[in-house]
Amino acid sequence: MDELRPVKIVARVLNDADGSAYIEWGKNKILAGVYGPSECVPRHEQSLYRAVVRCRYNMAPFSGMEEHGRSGPSRRSKELSKVIKESFENVIISENFPKTQIEIFVEVLQSDGGTRCAAVTAAAVALADAGIPMKDMISAVAVCKIDGKMAVDPGKEEDNFGESDMPIAFSPRTGELLLYQMDGLLTRDELAEGLKLARDASEKIRKLQVDAIKKVYEEPKEERFLIVK
Amino acid sequence: MESINEVKRDSLLALLSAGKRADGRGMHDYRKITLQPGVTQNAEGSAIATIGKSQVMAGIKFDIAKPFPDRPTEGVLSTSADLLPLASHLFETGPPGDESIELARVVDRGIRSANIIDLNSFFIEAEKVLALYIDIYVLDHDGNLIDASSLASMAALLSCRMPKIEEGKIIRGEYAGKLPIKEKVVTCTFGKLGERIFLDPALDEEKGMDCRLTFATTSQHICAGQKGGWGAFSEKDLLHLADISMEKGAELRALLPG
Repeated sequence: MDELRPVKIVARVLNDADGSAYIEWGKNKILAGVYGPSECVPRHEQSLYRAVVRCRYNMAPFSGMEEHGRSGPSRRSKELSKVIKESFENVIISENFPKTQIEIFVEVLQSDGGTRCAAVTAAAVALADAGIPMKDMISAVAVCKIDGKMAVDPGKEEDNFGESDMPIAFSPRTGELLLYQMDGLLTRDELAEGLKLARDASEKIRKLQVDAIKKVYEEPKEERFLIVK
Repeated sequence: MESINEVKRDSLLALLSAGKRADGRGMHDYRKITLQPGVTQNAEGSAIATIGKSQVMAGIKFDIAKPFPDRPTEGVLSTSADLLPLASHLFETGPPGDESIELARVVDRGIRSANIIDLNSFFIEAEKVLALYIDIYVLDHDGNLIDASSLASMAALLSCRMPKIEEGKIIRGEYAGKLPIKEKVVTCTFGKLGERIFLDPALDEEKGMDCRLTFATTSQHICAGQKGGWGAFSEKDLLHLADISMEKGAELRALLPG
């Protein structure tokens, strides 16, 4: 019940982006790229006090098992873009960069349940790779309730047939929750158990994130390539 | 931006006039090319192609669709391209622009004209055919996206599985063998600056060049062409580039699986 699917994170897989990361989490395959801080356009969206953080979460039309997806943002992807952006607004030290923008782009190449948590996890690594100063490295994981029991990291099937789903992103340093969503029915005790499961799992994720960043500097390369197995 | 491109044009012209390229390549050399077919499993076919630092993924999905009224027994082939904002500081979010539409249509034309997919075999029953969607996903932009996209699309097609169909519906996750592909289509794109013509323009060269020309080829034929940019090519240029495209096309085909 406290077991994660296999997670693999590689930082700096793109050449043009200021920062990038690729994550495989179960069968999820997600690419994150970061640009910035750069001049904020359009200018009326500039802040005199801090960098504007933007996020686009997007699913490739071929990412799902079912039919060909429609291009362009859906209501779901707009909501996820918003909650992911807000999570990072908490940790990015944006007051260092007035009048600029920091853009986070997440592309889901293959989806397998829990894409938003994998997206946040990859985006945090991409931001660190871009050298954006942050107060903390965000790690995210979902918990669910299946057959009356709380479990960590539901796959697509468990997500669809589970009784409750609760994705959470933590700021591990402070222990605070930066992304929180849930649906389904839980008792108060189940909520407490779920939070504990998520926190323990997010610690494991955080270690993988830090290792991915370290590896960029241990193995410097001229050209970077996305290797998808 | 425009002034930077003017400076680039000048330095590029000086180099090319001396018969050189910024990265030391010959005029008819590709940068390093890599291919990874079958990179995702939910898509029926997929691949990543890289040329230099350009990285392009192609994914293929099948759906059930209504045939076009004028071709009631033929399946549908549809190609689109996304210039992802994470691929370049030059790309923005929003609906597809003219650049991505041209990219998708050039790749589509090569595959369509060469008839490498038997669209008649996509017929299921009256008013019901299979639709094959090729989605070109540009991940990293360092120039010559046309050739990288056509390589990724071709590698994805060659690794593509046929969906299993029962009672007029696609059974997801089950497959009925491989998608038969008759021929390998590849494109060769050239840049022109002044009187100099060079294969596989890198991004810096694209910014400075006057125009470009793409030929899609099979082993026997030229199957699509596209000229872009404000500059012009002579008839002699065109015939010369057709010859080189056939020759270089054979090299590209040798890289493709199957």
